[in-house]
Amino acid sequence: MSTAPKAKGLNLLHKDGTRTVLASLISILIGMLVGAVVIIIVGLVTPEIGIKGAFEGVRLVIAGMFATGRDAAGNLTFGFSPVYMGNMFFRAVPIIMTGLSVALAYKTGLFNIGTPGQYLMGITASLFISLSIPSTAMPTWLIWLLAFLGAIVAGALWGAIPGLLKALLNINEVIACIMTNWIAANLVTWMFEFSNLKNIEEGTKTAYIYKTTHNGVATSKLGLDQIFTNSQINGGIVIAILIAVLMYILITKTTFGYQLKACGSNRFAARYAGIKDKRNIVLSMAIAGALAAIGGALYALSGNTEFYWNTYQTLPGEGFTGIPVALLAANNPIGVIFTGMFMSMLDICGQRLTSLTAYNEYITDVIIAVIVYLSAFSLMIKLLIGKRFQRNDPLVRAAEDLQNLTKKPAEDAGKGGNDE
Amino acid sequence: MSFLIRSTLIYAVPLMIVALAGVFAERSGIINLALEGIMIFGAFMGVMFVRLVQEWGWFAEAFTAKNLWALQGFALLAMLFAALCGALFSLLLAFAAINLRADQTIGGTALNLIAPAVVLFFIRIIANQSTLNISGSSADWFMLKKSVLWGRTYKTNFFESTFIDKVFPATYVCILVFVVMAILLYKTRFGLRLRSCGENPKASDSLGINVLKMRYAGVTISGALAGMGGFVYAMTTANCTANGDVAGFGFLALAVMIFGNWKPLNIAGAALIFGLFKCIAASYTSLDINGDGIFWLKEIGVSANFYRLLPYVITLVVLAFTSKSSRAPKAEGIPYDKSSR
Repeated sequence: MSTAPKAKGLNLLHKDGTRTVLASLISILIGMLVGAVVIIIVGLVTPEIGIKGAFEGVRLVIAGMFATGRDAAGNLTFGFSPVYMGNMFFRAVPIIMTGLSVALAYKTGLFNIGTPGQYLMGITASLFISLSIPSTAMPTWLIWLLAFLGAIVAGALWGAIPGLLKALLNINEVIACIMTNWIAANLVTWMFEFSNLKNIEEGTKTAYIYKTTHNGVATSKLGLDQIFTNSQINGGIVIAILIAVLMYILITKTTFGYQLKACGSNRFAARYAGIKDKRNIVLSMAIAGALAAIGGALYALSGNTEFYWNTYQTLPGEGFTGIPVALLAANNPIGVIFTGMFMSMLDICGQRLTSLTAYNEYITDVIIAVIVYLSAFSLMIKLLIGKRFQRNDPLVRAAEDLQNLTKKPAEDAGKGGNDE
Repeated sequence: MSFLIRSTLIYAVPLMIVALAGVFAERSGIINLALEGIMIFGAFMGVMFVRLVQEWGWFAEAFTAKNLWALQGFALLAMLFAALCGALFSLLLAFAAINLRADQTIGGTALNLIAPAVVLFFIRIIANQSTLNISGSSADWFMLKKSVLWGRTYKTNFFESTFIDKVFPATYVCILVFVVMAILLYKTRFGLRLRSCGENPKASDSLGINVLKMRYAGVTISGALAGMGGFVYAMTTANCTANGDVAGFGFLALAVMIFGNWKPLNIAGAALIFGLFKCIAASYTSLDINGDGIFWLKEIGVSANFYRLLPYVITLVVLAFTSKSSRAPKAEGIPYDKSSR
């Protein structure tokens, strides 16, 4: 097909990457559609909301990022808001990192559902280091760096546990990850319970840890707060994007990345080819753990977040959101940057929905869940797209016609018997 | 002691029944990671059912007259309704995994995300807060009480105070269901056929068993049991409220299932161990085991967090030691493709 210059535009549609993007877009579209339908149905059966409220709800789910409020007449107003835009970038940071974590493990054929635990470990390590070293002892940027590195080590070690169990004892990594998640949740609660980092200065707040700014440690804003005034944005987004690019290079351009992928597609063939499969599985999970932990560290070290430590009954949602982020990006690290931002945009839309209408933010979770459900059979969607475009390709069509012409007599003969 | 036994049973029974739910799906060849989500959904629908029926005033008379049989019938109806909703919800997984041959792990994860999102969305709209309550408490409606049964001054003996007073009969219903379903899976023709689809679907197919139908049956039964387990959990431990969360019980049930090596008796034992730890973690400071007024678990001074994380650690350790002899159904997680036969 590459010989025909005319068919170049169509070739794009034959590319696997294009189909993947299309499949993801279709998933998003259907997810949004389901969300809209739920909103409209709820609006119609609830008299207080009505059709007008339902319509407002749909508009906010799609463009809540740009909703600025209501005017005097009570109609929604839209416009660019630096606060929401900045907050979108800020919230995208942890889920980009957990998304990268899931994506990298997936390349090695592992489903890393342990991101919540690894993320918690990252938060815990960075908080303990950044709050325990007195800021009089060393410059705060050095404390920040130590906390960041500490989180990486903690996450890598925590992620390596299911990796080791998988590599050495062949225990299903999904089960091991779920167990380590709940162990982490209890362990973190236990560690903070006996720590002196609990916020006791503000008596109204129970079970919260001090902000890192309590010790003067915070991620540099890099001047981004000048562009997105009054928002929570900081340099974390730059770090996350840099790491995503690094991961892309690691996976596509290095021998190590090739080995990881080889283990992912067929562990035993890889071993036959002389690749150390066990070592690669452990390393892949360790790196995945470190990535999720960086997400936790960037969240905790931002300085304007407070960590609720009594968390033994719940796992952080940011960890699980990494799964849809990675799936939607088809496990491409560069794609993860965009899908992460898309998810955090949905998050902001949900908040605007809650504050401006009678609906609540959980509708965006429904949308995300539907998208994940669809991405479970994205392969099917991709195949369908492939068929669809193949039919439109003139070359393929000509070939099919030719085949049909030559086949026709035989088929017709067969048809008579089957058609009863 | 009677308190310990009673509350261990309260925690163990939902685990037991949901773990059996997992067995039904996995024995038919489908990994059901969605147990947590189905439990959340079942809990919500069950509570919703109780709430609606209360609003219609159907059992109001029975409640004021303390008619035990009618109230227990009400609980049973709600359990059935939760089971039905769980079965319907699990069809989402069945459709993706069986018809579309989707990745079962991701499909299950999706259901785990859908359930709390949908449930919380509706709870907030219905109740305008993040928990859905029934009017009154589940203890008043569905619990057996000494004062109602024998009068306030009656002195209960050990058996009565352990197994009758302050007990939800739903617990015993679940144990009965557990036994019946275990027999169905291991002693009947249907059960044998279902299990064969999880071991060697090609062979089953060649013997004229419809693998897809059997897998649908496995997942649907799994959904029904998990939905019921979810509601029983909400009724017995959360005072019949739904808040889009079952505190990881669905995942714990998965652990129980693996711990019990996919066999009912082992699962019942594993669930009791896990239930005991849950019970100790929840109430170790006030636990007086032999009734001499000494709270020795409190005096050891080990944190509740230790008891909470112990079941998970034990599961991992047991998995590590038994992974060689662990017998997961052979064909689980692999979509069945008739044309590959």
